[in-house]
Amino acid sequence: MKILVCISKVPDTTSRINFVDNNTKFDENGVQYIVNPYDEWYALVRALELVEASGGTVTTITVGTSKDDPTIRKALAIGANDAVRIDADPTDSFFVAKQISEYAKNENFDIVMTGKETINYNGAQIGGMLAELLDMPFVSLANKLDVNSTQATLQRDVQGGIEVVEVDFPFVLSASKGMAEQRIPNMRGIMAARTKPLNVIPPTDHNKLTSVVKFELPPSKTGCKYLDSESMDELVELLHNETKVI
Amino acid sequence: MSVLVFVEIKNKLRKAAKEAITYGKNLGEVNVVTYGNASNEVLSEMGNYGAKNILVYRKINEPNDQVISKLIFKVAEKLNSEFILLSQDQTGKSIGPRVAAKLEAGHVSGAISLPEVSDDFIVKTNVYSGKAIAYVCIHSDKKVISILPNSIQPVEYKVDPIISEFKEDLGNGRIKIVDLKQLGDGIPLPEAELVVSAGRGLKGPENWGIVEDLAKSLGATTACSRPVADIGWRPHHEHVGQTGVAIRPNLYIAAGISGAIQHLAGVNGSKVIVVINTDPEAPFFKAADYGVVGDAFEVLPKLTVAINNFKASQR
Ligand SMILES: Cc1cc2nc3c(=O)[nH]c(=O)nc-3n(C[C@H](O)[C@H](O)[C@H](O)COP(=O)(O)OP(=O)(O)OC[C@H]3O[C@@H](n4cnc5c(N)ncnc54)[C@H](O)[C@@H]3O)c2cc1C
Repeated sequence: MKILVCISKVPDTTSRINFVDNNTKFDENGVQYIVNPYDEWYALVRALELVEASGGTVTTITVGTSKDDPTIRKALAIGANDAVRIDADPTDSFFVAKQISEYAKNENFDIVMTGKETINYNGAQIGGMLAELLDMPFVSLANKLDVNSTQATLQRDVQGGIEVVEVDFPFVLSASKGMAEQRIPNMRGIMAARTKPLNVIPPTDHNKLTSVVKFELPPSKTGCKYLDSESMDELVELLHNETKVI
Repeated sequence: MSVLVFVEIKNKLRKAAKEAITYGKNLGEVNVVTYGNASNEVLSEMGNYGAKNILVYRKINEPNDQVISKLIFKVAEKLNSEFILLSQDQTGKSIGPRVAAKLEAGHVSGAISLPEVSDDFIVKTNVYSGKAIAYVCIHSDKKVISILPNSIQPVEYKVDPIISEFKEDLGNGRIKIVDLKQLGDGIPLPEAELVVSAGRGLKGPENWGIVEDLAKSLGATTACSRPVADIGWRPHHEHVGQTGVAIRPNLYIAAGISGAIQHLAGVNGSKVIVVINTDPEAPFFKAADYGVVGDAFEVLPKLTVAINNFKASQR
């Protein structure tokens, strides 16, 4: 089986988020980057489990600059066979999906995986766009994946419920919590990652359809009003009259 | 300007659908496309929010993304729709990007307000898992926008809707649905206006009765912190935060949750936050509107009684 896993780098979850240049650019000062948790913990690890059980290869793909290489090496250390980086600054979701689809369309992957969303842009767009561009079915928000020789069975979150679906290869999925357990790379994996192939390929030309014009931090709370545990009637009164939420 | 709103109806019209129609009404005349076997009575309820033309595809009952995307695409093409609007729920997440890619339309997922329109068309959305807001400019003529539930209020605007059926056969998608477990009739977490959440401070799954009692009195949905879902005290779909569900209810009550940065990321869009914690130094108090330094085992039942008294006095 041939699996492609889309990997992106995101600020570590403990990062303080700030902006520079008139709030138009993310402040990278002191920020540590990690592999997007949904890409790493769930998509990549499940892909590795599947090829360990029944053979095949796992390739990762990233649209990014050389700044992404450390996170790509991390994915290789966890166990991916090789990596592709499309050498471009990812401008918007459509641009990224288009780049990946241009690469993937001739490679005969059985499964193309993304995380359910990145924790920086939270767009949850790449998987669905890829599916459309590659004319494949899209199983979004999958939290369980099993395969046999011709098809896969997946469980996923749908509106108001949990659905079990079957789909023939090839298809695209977005992975959410539950699909696998996080793996910590060992020393051997880290050593091996240094010599695994990371193929850098040029981007193709595409328009961008959206751009971020500025960022803003959410309004901060003005201060907490403390109440005694004996004053719950007062709390209810405040929720009703002061903030009017009940 | 032609606006096409995709709405998913199970039994009744959800608030998220009313929000999407209201959003559309602000942009132009609203056409709605939906699927399934909703009664005409439920369909025409959308007219109360300004839905003028309602097109329903009755050949499928399940949220099959390929078929629904094709449906939206065909209708959008016929009406030459400039705007395609959806709710940012599970269905919206699987369909919005597909439709956007097909139309080569700029897509903003999770819009939190109406657009700002001048020379540019700008939509606000949460980024960095709620730690920041981005102003996104859509450059393309066609625009696909999915709206984060609870971000705008539905506004009544009565029109007489025209309901018709989409007759063409769109075939089957390649995904076969073999089982569907409904999670019950409760309000799904992302749409809930009132949420009661608890963390490791509750000490064990056997103690969740007091959380559920309060939720029931309020008519709230329950949620939890990540470790609580990871150790299996509560189901995964209740896990809120940066790596769980992001929510923005009117009221978020958090008991026995420390308020780690990853937890706050998913809940700090809540309008009002009440924190109950034994530790006066718990970081969550910095993000709270109201705080009770105390034992959840004592405070939650007292709050439930107070809510019940309040509800009784309102009758
Ligand atoms: C990459 C990454 C992603 C993460 N994503 C998420 C996420 O999405 N969501 C999330 O929630 N966490 C997430 N976390 C975990 C997060 O860092 C915290 O560990 C977690 O939120 C803590 O959960 P908690 O508050 O329930 O438990 P604890 O931190 O153990 O806090 C328990 C709290 O309960 C209080 N308490 C104890 N007894 C009582 C009592 N009787 N009454 C009242 N209060 C009491 C304590 O004072 C304490 O403040 C993530 C972590 C990482 C590294």
